[in-house]
Amino acid sequence: MKTVAIVDYGMCNLDSVARAVQECGGDPRVTADPKTIASADSVILPGVGAFGAGMAHLRERGLEAPLREAALERKVPFLGICLGMQLLSTRGEESGDTKGLGWIDAETVLIKPAAGERLPHIGWNEVRPSQESPLFKAIAPGTDYYFVHSYAVRPNDASLTLATAPFGGGVCAAVKKGNIYGVQFHPEKSQKAGFALLRNFLSL
Amino acid sequence: MLKTRVMPTMLYKGFGLVKGKAFDSWRRTGGVMQTVKVYDMRGVDELVLLDIAATEEGREPDFALVDEVADECFMPLTVGGGIKTIEHVRGLLKVGADKVAINTAAVENPSLVTETSRKFGAQCVVASIDFKGSEVFTHSGKKATGLDVVAHAKECERLGAGEILLTSAERDGCMTGYDLDVTRRVAEAVRIPVIASGGAGNYEDMAKAVLEAKASAVAAAAIFHFTEATPARPRSTCARAGCRSASNWYNVHSLNTGTYED
Repeated sequence: MKTVAIVDYGMCNLDSVARAVQECGGDPRVTADPKTIASADSVILPGVGAFGAGMAHLRERGLEAPLREAALERKVPFLGICLGMQLLSTRGEESGDTKGLGWIDAETVLIKPAAGERLPHIGWNEVRPSQESPLFKAIAPGTDYYFVHSYAVRPNDASLTLATAPFGGGVCAAVKKGNIYGVQFHPEKSQKAGFALLRNFLSL
Repeated sequence: MLKTRVMPTMLYKGFGLVKGKAFDSWRRTGGVMQTVKVYDMRGVDELVLLDIAATEEGREPDFALVDEVADECFMPLTVGGGIKTIEHVRGLLKVGADKVAINTAAVENPSLVTETSRKFGAQCVVASIDFKGSEVFTHSGKKATGLDVVAHAKECERLGAGEILLTSAERDGCMTGYDLDVTRRVAEAVRIPVIASGGAGNYEDMAKAVLEAKASAVAAAAIFHFTEATPARPRSTCARAGCRSASNWYNVHSLNTGTYED
């Protein structure tokens, strides 16, 4: 069974991710311990909340280096969820300008809602893959996933975008760079469609 | 496009789930865990769990109960009732709530809304507003505040709420339809999503709340407890009426579940 380090950096909602990983056949380890991260088969960086607070919490807990080692050197499958995806970008404009992990050449900016749309972007929306990827294997284009966010990742290179959702003129729903994935929606809250995606992630 | 959410509301009162009429005449409707499992199986869009006795009894939120519920709940969960401090919020989010509904405290201690929004993000703060006529009531509909519902909704948005759960205390449990007038006035006054609540009697009521009153989502309870209605069915009715609803769980090829339970 694959061990999945679920990074605990004080940004809540870890239980749901751990339960979903367990349900999908993984062995979740909710942890802030660099050693556990260093030995995990894969890593999930979850997160709810503000970009600035998220980065500050990662640094205070000394987690940036172990995460970098896992994602960039050991190159284990890495999944950022919601804020966890946004933190992969180079900078975020929420709560002032904050430097992100910078693994994905992208910025995290406030969504500009189109006429008739309201922020936050809350609810089930269609996820439309922009390219083939094992993460969305056997998942129909347009499958609904649960979103809840006001800021979104804007890649500087279109080839990083794995999927989009029809909101605010097309919001980036998933990114990929090598072994590093990020999803803006919450697979752990998206029931069967979420489990399908997490199972795909566990078989990477 | 973004789908219209249909959210079953579970009212918890000390011993189990209840449902009343106009915030009174409570009837027991079953156990929490059993209900959560059914809703999870049916793939509802989102769940709301409100502890309606906590504030009145001066109790804290029941963290152990929420922990248990969240473990069975692979859909978004909003929890309310008795939230007075940022520690209550932190505790609820930690055991698995995705959002907190703040009602009485949004009137008595508005800074809690702002603090929660700053610390955890606007997306997890639901301002829960109960009204009669156009006046806001707190303490599960027992205490008049003198506040106008539209003005209070705007204030909650300014304080940092990410959503408004707008409940007509008079229509609650009556199944005579949502208060479309107040819902529309609030939805037009704020820019954040509004969840219509109180009075759903059939699926058409839900479609009306969205199409006529500009609600972004609909909450309902009695219709699911006391009629044959299921949270899945409004999806097709809403779709026919012109608002899209979620279909997340029947187009995942690999699952091949066969039929869509409707």
